[in-house]
Amino acid sequence: MMLIFALFFLLPLVFVTIVSAWDYNEYEMIPAFSLRGYTDTFEGCIADLPELCTILKTYLKTVKLCLLTWSLTLFIGFTVAYFLAFHVRSKTWQIVLTLLCTIPFWTSNVIRMIAWIPLLGRNGLVNKGLQGMGLIHQPLEWLLFSEFSVVLALVHLFTFFMVVPIFNSMIRIDKRLIEAAYDAGATGWQTLVNIIIPLAKPGIVIGSIFVITIVMGDFVTIGVMGGQQIPSAGKIIEARLNALQFPAAAANAVILLGITILIISSLTRIVDIRREL
Amino acid sequence: MSTVSKKGGINRRNLLKASAGAVGFAAGAGAITGFPYVHSAEPKVLRYLGTAVNEGDEIAKKCMEDTGIKIEYITATTDDVTKRVITQPNSFDVLDTEYFSLKKLVPSGNIFALDTKKIKEFDNITPVFTKGQLANGKKIGAQGTAPWKVLYLEGANSKKFSATPTEFVTLIPTVYNADTLGIRPDIIKRPIASWSELLNPEFKGKAAILNIPSIGIMDAAMVVEATGQHKYEDKGNMTKAEIDLTMKIMTEAKKAGQFRAFWKDFNESVNLMASGETIIQSMWSPAVTKVRSMGIACTFQPLKEGYRSWASGFCVSKAVSGPKLDLAYEFVNWFLSGWAGAYLNRQGYYSAVLSTAKANMTADEWGYWMEGKAAVGDIKAPDGTVLEKAGATRDGGSFDERMGAVACWNAVMDENDYMVRKWNEFIAA
Repeated sequence: MMLIFALFFLLPLVFVTIVSAWDYNEYEMIPAFSLRGYTDTFEGCIADLPELCTILKTYLKTVKLCLLTWSLTLFIGFTVAYFLAFHVRSKTWQIVLTLLCTIPFWTSNVIRMIAWIPLLGRNGLVNKGLQGMGLIHQPLEWLLFSEFSVVLALVHLFTFFMVVPIFNSMIRIDKRLIEAAYDAGATGWQTLVNIIIPLAKPGIVIGSIFVITIVMGDFVTIGVMGGQQIPSAGKIIEARLNALQFPAAAANAVILLGITILIISSLTRIVDIRREL
Repeated sequence: MSTVSKKGGINRRNLLKASAGAVGFAAGAGAITGFPYVHSAEPKVLRYLGTAVNEGDEIAKKCMEDTGIKIEYITATTDDVTKRVITQPNSFDVLDTEYFSLKKLVPSGNIFALDTKKIKEFDNITPVFTKGQLANGKKIGAQGTAPWKVLYLEGANSKKFSATPTEFVTLIPTVYNADTLGIRPDIIKRPIASWSELLNPEFKGKAAILNIPSIGIMDAAMVVEATGQHKYEDKGNMTKAEIDLTMKIMTEAKKAGQFRAFWKDFNESVNLMASGETIIQSMWSPAVTKVRSMGIACTFQPLKEGYRSWASGFCVSKAVSGPKLDLAYEFVNWFLSGWAGAYLNRQGYYSAVLSTAKANMTADEWGYWMEGKAAVGDIKAPDGTVLEKAGATRDGGSFDERMGAVACWNAVMDENDYMVRKWNEFIAA
């Protein structure tokens, strides 16, 4: 177990970090120490003040999308998990309904996203419907290729990653605790806040880790749904890779990794998952 | 209950035994009959690395029929092909790539220089590639990585390009074409004649450009030059100041909401256009054909500033030698002998040796695709689907009109690194 972890995770990570401090030219990496990958990335961050530089703008945008997606998936995921855990009594139905949540994953990424065009597009179903009802006269442009559509697609995709761990935590809650709360005169809201949420915390944190790490690194969904006009940290890495600028790509990957680790570690500081599990 | 399960167990065991025996027998039989073949004839196989666009099954099938060479396709995206040549040169025999990649590939030393004396039809390859001119002598725009700048090498083992013809060449051209803007004539309803229309506020929120930095910046440069804001020395090799200027103009347009989306993938461009999300955008020829085959009007609009052209071809890995190398030459010669050329011409691309391709096409096909004449009968794709009805003419006209109007070629700039950074900045703006 340790060996696999070291071989397939730690070792590649060490390589990426080493390469990130190499030099490069048009077609090859040069194993000479150079922080070009990093300095280029933060180009203009001080010179352009008070204007934000590319990398800061990109990360601010990514973090914003990440927070929006996280709060929405948490709200929806928690609600769905609550319904599955406490309102659906039979185990069979719980399994069937959980499987239903995986439907967004039945088709490929690209097809799934292309499918949004007929719905949200300028001549799409939503715009045609609203125009038909006389609510709007001009098609709503912000429905597609905007932050709205990016968040919508991300929430649609990743709510599932919230549902499963939260559901898992919830079904472990001793039902007698809830009955005791009810007997002691607690309202539904008080039970939720004082019993269910604290006990479902590990699930919430694990789900949050899933969603945050995926969204921070995502560039395909943000790219396609944002009409390639919204920057993402992953996109910068991809553009660098495709230009064969491996050290610069590695440097960006190290930066992204650092920021993601920061977010995750502050999350785990709030809840000690090891103790709770 | 127990009897049933016992019976089931026996059944399963019997089945396993029987199938194991069958497999063993088959393997044994295969070894016995197959053995002499291995010694009598090396299997003629070439591993062909390239993008899906050029890897037609039909070509592999016909090649097998004619020469007995089995083409094994290895499919990757353009960028991954380049990465693979640099990092794993032993993983393929034949490589299909674009001319502009050569500036990265040749210095890596992983490309074999082909000997023109062993290529039968070499002298008949269109002068577009060998001299940078049309058959009638008209010079073609040479901005960017024009093929004739990277076709010849100084020697068999040289990593340097030769400006004058030598007998050592890099890529044998497979397909090439001239790209321009695609438009929806049914929505625009007026003639479009210049690249500058891409930034015309009339099309605010309905324009698109492609998000592949090296190609996107050249389309952007065509636009900037058309608006008269700057005249480039070489659009395919800009200075830092020129990159800054180009991106500044594009950033202003982006902030003003000119672009609906940027696209990266063939299907994305088709969807944007077909759904009416965009009505003017950079586009590729087969994508326009695809939109049209959906019954939606779409024109591959010729513009007065000319086309941005691209060309791909195949070459051989440095790791190939001996009998395998002879096979590679045999494949090159077969490819240029006409059937493959005709097949590619019928898809709207152009092929390397026009004379042999012509001999494999009907007069009507040749007239429509290559001479800009109105089609006499329906024009069909290689798979038989009707592409254009009788009477149609090709957008942009004949080969000479289209290739003669090329302004620049896809390129890798000296300032590529800076350009990619600026492009990221443009996307983030």
